[in-house]
Amino acid sequence: MINFMQITKDTVKYVAALARIELKEEELARLSGQLEGILNFIDKLKEADVSQVSPTSHILTVNNVLRKDELKTSLKPEKVLNNAPHKEGTSFVVPKVI
Amino acid sequence: MSCQKLYKFSAHQLREKLNSREIKSEDILLSLSERIRETESKVKAYVRLNGQNLKFSSQTPAKTDGLLNGIPISIKDNICTEGMPTECCSKILQGFNPPYDATVIRKLKEAGALILETKLNMDEFAFGSSTENSFFGVTHNPWNLACVPGGSSGGSAAAVAADEAIAALGSDTGGSIRQPASFCGVVGLKPTYGRVSRYGLIAFASSLDQIGPLTKDVRDCALVMNVISGYDPMDSTSVNMAVPDYTASLGKDIRGMKFAIPKEYFVEGMDPEIKNIFSEALEQIKKLGATYQEVSLPNTKYAVPVYYIVATAEASSNLSRFDGVQYGLRIGDRGQVAGDRGQSAENRLIDMYNKTRGEGFGEEAKRRIILGTFSLSHGYYDAYYLRALKVRTLIKNDFDAVFKDFDAILAPVSPTAAFKIGEKASDPLKMYLSDIYTISANLAGIPAISVPGGFTKGKLPVGLQILAKPFAEEVIFQVASAYEQATPWYNEEPKL
Repeated sequence: MINFMQITKDTVKYVAALARIELKEEELARLSGQLEGILNFIDKLKEADVSQVSPTSHILTVNNVLRKDELKTSLKPEKVLNNAPHKEGTSFVVPKVI
Repeated sequence: MSCQKLYKFSAHQLREKLNSREIKSEDILLSLSERIRETESKVKAYVRLNGQNLKFSSQTPAKTDGLLNGIPISIKDNICTEGMPTECCSKILQGFNPPYDATVIRKLKEAGALILETKLNMDEFAFGSSTENSFFGVTHNPWNLACVPGGSSGGSAAAVAADEAIAALGSDTGGSIRQPASFCGVVGLKPTYGRVSRYGLIAFASSLDQIGPLTKDVRDCALVMNVISGYDPMDSTSVNMAVPDYTASLGKDIRGMKFAIPKEYFVEGMDPEIKNIFSEALEQIKKLGATYQEVSLPNTKYAVPVYYIVATAEASSNLSRFDGVQYGLRIGDRGQVAGDRGQSAENRLIDMYNKTRGEGFGEEAKRRIILGTFSLSHGYYDAYYLRALKVRTLIKNDFDAVFKDFDAILAPVSPTAAFKIGEKASDPLKMYLSDIYTISANLAGIPAISVPGGFTKGKLPVGLQILAKPFAEEVIFQVASAYEQATPWYNEEPKL
């Protein structure tokens, strides 16, 4: 392959921060090796001629699906909050951000 | 009370017995409970079983004229069931009790089915081809307990094969219904994208995911499809097209039908035994009066790389909702009110996200989220994600061209039969490559089934795959049923 993609531990660390996942040192090492292997396999895509091709993000031709703007009952707050690890009244509680 | 082993029967056979009042629904539940007690310690198809008696959504069917009235149905752990835990076999969704039913569950209940509270094992978030990535541990293949059942719907396939379920639902994003169906010798259908509502299916890759049945025979598969198919206003990608009676396609002959065999599927990596079994299946198809011809799907070689870009990109986005706020696991925000401990407030929130996700996701989930985040990140988007979407178009065009001249495509399901537990667990790329024959159907949105197609010398089942154009499930049922009637595989059962 022409451009051999190198994935360093720092790259994995940077992407893991974007993905909000804390990784242990040994996970960083293992993942950088595995991702390098996978991405170099994926590089096969560079051989395909896609100059005249438009992307498929959705396999069926769909149009925007709109519904009437009318009031409908939704789930009750207590039902929705039932699974929250931390809650107070009708709110989810998160660590203080301000 | 009946002393027959009712767990052995298919849903349509049990419906006949119920109709003639030979048995009652309770007899089925009792028999199934007994079977699970007998064999579950070997197979481990279910999660959160805890040795208790089986619980169902209801002990009595909702009405008397439903297509699945009184029939127990088992459900993969990523399909929401109101008031019954649904955890995607992940630590991060520990204790999640959905506040609503998935549309497929609502439809099953309306048809009189009884939903098993204990769910079926799977690879965490459906990330895998072996069910080895479950937080709850591995499921064993009923035909050989040292082998994987396939995945990610491994629990669904193993339960049906072991007679621990009458019928089951799974989900298929890259082969997750068909490959375990093949490995366990049951019938498994991935419907056309949009045929079945995804509302309440915990999303992996939204442009590829479909819910479908895993059943003991083709008739049960058609029966379950009659119930779960159709437009749903809650899923804007479901398609508003009438649902035919799929059972009407069963028992018709296939004389004169034309099938395509993709030559790209028969290159490297295929086990010679699989090739032989497939050739015998083709002989059978010929005896039934159909013809087949080699065709080319020239972009097959790109299917696995396209899939692992598109699926992981979508997964990284879908799984951002697991952040310790609305449900499931939460780690690292003790002392949130008192004092800042030297951290800025913003960092405390991000720290909670990082720790919750770092601890809550398993290895394969982390690998896929990071791969997906990478291909969507600044500087790589065009080279990876956008390019993959364009090659996806090429793959779809390949199928469109073939279906102009042929009724269906016949192919193997997997390059090998079930592999040993642990054999591929440490090599993710090797595992990804085993999805080669199944992922194209998801990329192209087309329906595809795996039906029992024979056995290896080591007595492991091997499936035959039938793929058709979008919304041509009727063609699939016609071919699958004709092949099933002409072959003895359906009568074999694993010794447990």
